[in-house]
Amino acid sequence: MINAVLVFNNHGKPRLVRFYQHLAEEVQQQLIRETFHLVLKRDEHICNFLECGSLFGGADYKLIYRHYATLYFVFCVDSSESELGILDLIQVFVETLDKCFENVCELDLIFHMDKVHYILQEMVIGGMVLETNMNEIVAQAEAQNKLEKAEGGLSAAPSRAVSAVKNINLPEIPRNINIGDINIKVPSLSQFM
Amino acid sequence: MALKMVKGSIDRMFDKNLQDLVRGIRNHKEDEAKYISQCIDEIKQELKQDNIAVKSNAVCKLTYLQMLGYDISWAAFNIIEVMSASKFTFKRIGYLAASQCFHEGTDVIMLTTNQIRKDLSSPNQYDTGVALTGLSCFVTPDLARDLANDIMTLMSHTKPYIRKKAVLIMYKVFLKYPESLRPAFPRLKEKLEDPDPGVQSAAVNVICELARRNPKNYLSLAPLFFKLMTSSTNNWVLIKIIKLFGALTPLEPRLGKKLIEPLTNLIHSTSAMSLLYECVNTVIAVLISLSSGMPNHSASIQLCVQKLRILIEDSDQNLKYLGLLAMSKILKTHPKSVQSHKDLILQCLDDKDESIRLRALDLLYGMVSKKNLMEIVKKLMIHVDKAEGTTYRDELLTKIIDICSQSNYQYITNFEWYISILVELTRLEGTRHGHLIAAQMLDVAIRVKAIRKFAVSQMAMLLDNAHLIASNTQRNGICEVLYAAAWICGEFSEHLEEANQTLEAMLRPKVTTLPGHIQAVYVQNMVKLYASILQQKEQAGEKEAAQEITQLMIERLPQFVQSADLEVQERASCILQLIKYIQKLQIKEVPVAEEVIALFAGELNPVAPKAQKKVPVPEGLDLDAWINEPPSDSESEDEKPKTIFHDEEQRHSRHRQPEIDEEELARRREARKQEQANNPFYIKSSPSPQKRYQDTPGVEHIPVVQIDLSVPLKVPGMPMSDQYVKLEEERRHKQKLEKDKKKKKQKKEKRGKHHRHNSLHTESEEDITPAHHVDIITEEMPENALPSDEDDKDPNDPYKALDIDLDKPLADSEKLPVQRHRNAETLKSPDSEAPPVEKSKKPKKKEKKHREKERDKGKKKEKEKKVVEEKEEKKGEDLDFWLSTDPPPVSTTQPQSGPEVSAAVVAEPEEVKKEEREEQQEEDEGKKSSKHKKKKHKKEKEEKSKDKKKSKKKHHSEEEATESVQNGTLDDEPLPPMSSYRLLAENPYIKMTYDIQGNLQNDSQVTVSVIFENKSTSFLKSMELNVLDSLNTKMLRPEGSSVHDGIPVPFQLPPGISNEAQFVFTLQSIVMAQKLKGTLSFIVKNDEGSTHEKLDFKLHFSCASYLITTPCYSDAFAKLLESGDLHMSSIKVDGISISFQHLLAKICFHHHFSVVERVDSCASMYSRSIQGHHVCLLVKKGENSVSIDGKCSDSTLLSNLLDEMKETLSKC
Repeated sequence: MINAVLVFNNHGKPRLVRFYQHLAEEVQQQLIRETFHLVLKRDEHICNFLECGSLFGGADYKLIYRHYATLYFVFCVDSSESELGILDLIQVFVETLDKCFENVCELDLIFHMDKVHYILQEMVIGGMVLETNMNEIVAQAEAQNKLEKAEGGLSAAPSRAVSAVKNINLPEIPRNINIGDINIKVPSLSQFM
Repeated sequence: MALKMVKGSIDRMFDKNLQDLVRGIRNHKEDEAKYISQCIDEIKQELKQDNIAVKSNAVCKLTYLQMLGYDISWAAFNIIEVMSASKFTFKRIGYLAASQCFHEGTDVIMLTTNQIRKDLSSPNQYDTGVALTGLSCFVTPDLARDLANDIMTLMSHTKPYIRKKAVLIMYKVFLKYPESLRPAFPRLKEKLEDPDPGVQSAAVNVICELARRNPKNYLSLAPLFFKLMTSSTNNWVLIKIIKLFGALTPLEPRLGKKLIEPLTNLIHSTSAMSLLYECVNTVIAVLISLSSGMPNHSASIQLCVQKLRILIEDSDQNLKYLGLLAMSKILKTHPKSVQSHKDLILQCLDDKDESIRLRALDLLYGMVSKKNLMEIVKKLMIHVDKAEGTTYRDELLTKIIDICSQSNYQYITNFEWYISILVELTRLEGTRHGHLIAAQMLDVAIRVKAIRKFAVSQMAMLLDNAHLIASNTQRNGICEVLYAAAWICGEFSEHLEEANQTLEAMLRPKVTTLPGHIQAVYVQNMVKLYASILQQKEQAGEKEAAQEITQLMIERLPQFVQSADLEVQERASCILQLIKYIQKLQIKEVPVAEEVIALFAGELNPVAPKAQKKVPVPEGLDLDAWINEPPSDSESEDEKPKTIFHDEEQRHSRHRQPEIDEEELARRREARKQEQANNPFYIKSSPSPQKRYQDTPGVEHIPVVQIDLSVPLKVPGMPMSDQYVKLEEERRHKQKLEKDKKKKKQKKEKRGKHHRHNSLHTESEEDITPAHHVDIITEEMPENALPSDEDDKDPNDPYKALDIDLDKPLADSEKLPVQRHRNAETLKSPDSEAPPVEKSKKPKKKEKKHREKERDKGKKKEKEKKVVEEKEEKKGEDLDFWLSTDPPPVSTTQPQSGPEVSAAVVAEPEEVKKEEREEQQEEDEGKKSSKHKKKKHKKEKEEKSKDKKKSKKKHHSEEEATESVQNGTLDDEPLPPMSSYRLLAENPYIKMTYDIQGNLQNDSQVTVSVIFENKSTSFLKSMELNVLDSLNTKMLRPEGSSVHDGIPVPFQLPPGISNEAQFVFTLQSIVMAQKLKGTLSFIVKNDEGSTHEKLDFKLHFSCASYLITTPCYSDAFAKLLESGDLHMSSIKVDGISISFQHLLAKICFHHHFSVVERVDSCASMYSRSIQGHHVCLLVKKGENSVSIDGKCSDSTLLSNLLDEMKETLSKC
């Protein structure tokens, strides 16, 4: 079981928080902070697994994370998950985001937290892995977006226009997470899927 | 209207949306909190509007704020409003918010039940999808109960997208509503073979998760998973299954044997590291489970270790880490094979990655032996010096201590070395683990008597250098070692050489900066030291020196009297007074030493940490019973401890003067309480941890061991453990030489005989004798302490509720609650799914009703238990059969049936008398023998001749027969042997027997199980079975083959072996018996060559073989008879001599009926055909005859059935 999926940036700002068991907001923030400090301490090129002791309530839990440019993707899982499998899952998640947002960067996650959640929901529900095939995930996410657009129709047009106008003054959006050139070794991803 | 809408959306343009909110927060970095609280106010306004779009926008923003740590539970109701929006866009926002913030404590959650149900059944698959996703996060026991049935229906949805989600969510439902597990399980199991790989993977996922918590209930699924494992190509699924097998093997070693081969193949063939790793892991689990039984798996271990070495040597840190992790699992059972990779693991200690270093440390723990302990610890000590960062250093420290102290100091050959190591460790700065070192020092000094002298000298040195250790006390955990040092020096002061010096060190003013509890120990042990010095001086007649030391104490003790710590203060003042008194006596020249030393006479024995807990409660003592009447309620809580003490006193007084009346007592109690309350010195509760100095009778028995010291005791300055390493090497070398010498002597004596042997001398573990003969005193436990460790079971484990037996057939009462309208329930005859009994119980939401129902269920279950047992047995057999097909079954039965056979031989002379006892025995052995019942069963009808072995086996089948009638009342009469397998055909090469079973899942299929037994001495292969299909009955052949093709039998038969194969036949009508002609062709291979052979047979499908034993309750049975649409027919058979019991058993066994009710010599029976015909029988026994009245929905079937029965009975 996956206990939590956390995405935060290099400064510990949460970008996506998904706990699969209920925790009070303060506890969640505390966990994010502690996880961030644990992960931050680690150099690049050391292993991506981290025993977190009793942080998540049990020695059975382990943190599996990947660091992409400005973002940390952290999965907290118990012993029933395969460590390498989860690493691949993170990779699939990021690649899916990349496909859905076209060259994903941190700002996409910041401004579209809801969409990121919807994508995650196509991969993991209730802490269990639902789908690992990227094409399938993208297809389902896009089908739902299409449905949303169809529903929006005319009445949504004005607000879309407005938000387009609002976004005009955002020329400084740096599209800086390009996962394509990040050389994180994915052990035999292609064979795995 | 349209205008209003447009206006609304134009208004909305200027509302903040999520992006605006985020942007705003980013622009207000300085006063973020203030800005957000502004936004929340806006959101509250927006939530008040009617426009659902505005609301959902607000909820979306709230979800973002929740991520930042703001509580949004106040908007729960608005979230539900958005969830119930008709548009998917809004619904999805609502469900997302709900999944982030709803939980069991959210009170409005119960309002969602109907909305969710509506969404689940929505025609739009994405509506259903979001509802399922949301539900997975916030499902509560109530929601689970109310929606379980809806979700279960979705498991068979047409869209795989919904199916896989529904399957996964069922797991959450099971957790919250465990009653749903059994009814839903069959469908879940079905999903393991879903055509969509995603659904299949989801089902595997759920079952693995379930099985991980309660593996034993899922053992029977092993064959299915095995099939999946060998057929699936999805690595996710494979990993899950392989992990599951890892959890199952400890329960069933035979499973492990079966797994080894396919897993080894996977290890060799897969290129996915994740899969390889999990395979290795499971092979390790298998090897662990086999380690006791099968010694010969060294090849597999080698393979694992070798693959892991490759992982560890990989440059990828992740693989390295996992390799070490798996290696530590092997280590537990096969330390030898890991020890050879010591170099690699020590190398990992230098890795830059802390996780890897820690893993390597874990491994070292298990790798030490007497031989390499010193070497490994030396390496670790080097790392301690090098280590940066206290966490890792602390970890090293604990590991060193763990490694050395494991299994009661098993690997330590030289305790002086160990003490030196501990002393060296005290030089670590800033460690948190001072108390660990202290505990080790105490433990070693107390339990290893031989080392005390050395330990004391080292501790004295520590005390002398206390200023080094305690330099910055408050932050420094290491000063804890002074606690141990002071205690050891005090307690074993007789070993101290320069006691004066040590006493002085303890009296230094600097000591007062130590933490209170350490000072307290200092004070207490000063006196012990003082006492022994006093004695020394007195004996030596140095009165002045004795007085000097007293004077010193009196001068220095006041600094402790002034301590802020109460404990220190109290002890110091007591002792000061004592010493002042001694001084007075000394001035009068009275010898006092003897009396002072008597204060500390006796020895302290080590007590096991759990000893107190393990003291058994004496018989007849009820700890919960009141000793006296409960105290009057006027007494407040905080006075409780006093009253307990109080009451005890009272009991004594009552003993002496029983005439004191209650009033008087109450008065006194009141007065005393008053007194106690006013007395500031009255310590209210918790007796101080006083040490009991007393002469324990056991002490004399502990042998005082002669120390044979080969190392000079005093090491000047701080000890260097390295010296010991060298010395130890020399010592071992010397020992070896001596031994060699001895051997040479022996050789001289036995020259010529064992020439080569002796030259190959290797130093093995056992050869290393410890430096001192040490006597490690075991910790004391109370007499009759209970050995069991029944601690540490969490009663609140949510998974415990899911420990449910899944192999039992479903009871009628176990249904998921379904919402329906009251008048929708029409009474139907029992051919509807739910039998009439259940009808009266409508699912009610109210808790009380629910509970009642549960109790009801309980009763039902009991009733059914017997039927259940029977079926369960069958399942078990299936698994056993599957597990045992690998090695030829006949040979495996032999060893285990051994004891029974011998029992039969013993019973031979007077078998009749012993029969009863034997049966008893068999019942005892029930578990053991049930495993092999099936095989015996088969054998039995093969051997018609009557030898002793066989007669024994017959009892088994008797048992089986007995069980099949167990749902009726049952006498204990012995039953004749019965077997459902009938002879199919036989020739000199092969014998075939068969049995036909209806298929519950399919109304037009039966399964024919054929046992092939090779009677010849040749090898039989290429067996092919073919039948001539009739119009009605056809053999199910693989797709694409013609009706003339035979079906290959999936095995070959070595001489003397039998095995079973199954063939499926489809039929249209089942009302008549059928016969099919067929042929078995096979090749006989022996030394002379191979020949083609054929054997013709006739397969007889009796009507009884279409019946399936189905339990039925008498009320349902009565309803069925009343319904009136059944045809009736009857037979009568004369000349029946067997008992009624036998007769019923025969009908049950051969004709697949179950007894509904039995009254005297009259019984009602029930069965059901695979096509749903009900068959009811009323069996009456007369003097010498039996009459059977039958009722059935099909008259032809009934008359055929009765004819068959007649035939069976007339054989009796």
